[in-house]
Amino acid sequence: MKIKGRSISKGVATGKALISKQEISFLGAVNPVTGIIVDKSLDIYGECITNRILIFPGGKGSTVGSYVIYQLKKHGKSPYAMINRRADTIVAVGAIIAEIPAVDSLEIDPVDGELIEDGEEVLVNGTEGYIELQ
Amino acid sequence: MHLTKEEERIYEGEEGWTRKKAMEILVTIGDINNASKLIRIKSAHISGASYKTIGEAFEFINRLEGTVRVKSTLNPIGMDIEKRNEIGISGEFANKQKEVLEAYKKLGISAECTCVPYLIGQMPKRDEHLAWSESSAVLYANSVLGARTNMEGAPSALAASLIGKTPLYGLHQTENREPEIRVCVKCDLVDADYSALGFLIGNRIGNKIPLVELHPSSVPSKDELKHLSAAIGATGSVGMYHIKGITPEADAIGLPAEKIEIEKGDVKKFYEVNEEADVIAIGCPHCSSHELQRIYELLRAEGKGRKVRKDFFIFTARAIKQRMQEVVQKIENYGVKVICDTCFVVSPAFERYRCVLTNSGKMQRYVPLLCGGAEVRLCKTEECIRKAF
Repeated sequence: MKIKGRSISKGVATGKALISKQEISFLGAVNPVTGIIVDKSLDIYGECITNRILIFPGGKGSTVGSYVIYQLKKHGKSPYAMINRRADTIVAVGAIIAEIPAVDSLEIDPVDGELIEDGEEVLVNGTEGYIELQ
Repeated sequence: MHLTKEEERIYEGEEGWTRKKAMEILVTIGDINNASKLIRIKSAHISGASYKTIGEAFEFINRLEGTVRVKSTLNPIGMDIEKRNEIGISGEFANKQKEVLEAYKKLGISAECTCVPYLIGQMPKRDEHLAWSESSAVLYANSVLGARTNMEGAPSALAASLIGKTPLYGLHQTENREPEIRVCVKCDLVDADYSALGFLIGNRIGNKIPLVELHPSSVPSKDELKHLSAAIGATGSVGMYHIKGITPEADAIGLPAEKIEIEKGDVKKFYEVNEEADVIAIGCPHCSSHELQRIYELLRAEGKGRKVRKDFFIFTARAIKQRMQEVVQKIENYGVKVICDTCFVVSPAFERYRCVLTNSGKMQRYVPLLCGGAEVRLCKTEECIRKAF
């Protein structure tokens, strides 16, 4: 099944979904060297975002978050791709400078758990702005 | 988004890689936010200056060449340039940090290293367009000064400074500055209560512009507004707020239908933790001259000739420290350290503590995440100083 959205950051990637229903403040929420979520207030606390398709409503908090996304990539610990309900500047720019594919504004909400389940295989096409499910 | 011929040339890379990359960032942000064009900005404020927070992302900044096109200021770095040994910064970190700072300076960015550019001569005027990052400064510029900036990311503010422009969307447009929810505060607020209020607002309403209706007896000072701005910025994802009767754009607007109430008990909860603190930190965002003066007066009243018994740090901008040299000297005579260029959260020097006492809602949010597992406790300024002796 193909679901249309909007291109945020170019590139294509496939991986297993990791869904958070909460906005993420990357500075402080994730360890840039390990890729593990360290913010106890998040529903994906303790999970590793490395090589996953990270699905969440959008970013929030410190604007340094974009560089945290860059650092994750530099350390080989970034997600393969990101899907937002509505991308914000912090996540969009982080994805662009780190060259991680990202999309948002899908025709069906990706966050509420009905469209995509945790662990499900997802393809993200950030260049054309869509995702594909098995 | 419509680009002028000149902008298109930059986008195509005809003015080099740096300006191409900067333009790509601006265009993508513009496109995702349905901006119609780029507009000129008056100034840029750039976060992402501490090696502790940006780490290896410094590589990206180091690759940039050329000169910024507008007055551009820098956020705090990871150490006090003059007191690096005194606060125990390793040589390795210091060298990396100096490289980061040089990379920014090379681009023509003013290395004042503070989160309060508006207190050191970078005072935007009403309706001026800016590209600022550092959430506390963004909220202050929009809400208190009536200037116009979106909540830029560290790289997008940098991109805007290199081009001298930003996409026209969001808080640059009058119609997007309207409040969306009323926040009725049922109790009188003073000092750190504004940090608590900001924390509550950010957590409870996230991305809606609030119209705050304070209790009639609350008249916030500029310092209190600074703390409110910082706490909303640290916990929410909104770039401005209004306060009825106080902020410049609050009275020309209608009342939103949605409403929440803040009770005395909501604010009181912030002070109920009884953890014994082993360090006191004030100056997030950096202390104003007025705050330094007040801290000195409180130390004098409480100290009665004694020195503080706990580690006590005050953070301010170097320009403010220089302006207040005499007061700073007197504060330091009490055994308190006045630190510049950096802060408790973005420096690795302060990761050895168990529990931090502060008047800052922004620290309340970031200390547990970024300071080596330390806990944090909010106190009014007066109480912070009382607990120091």
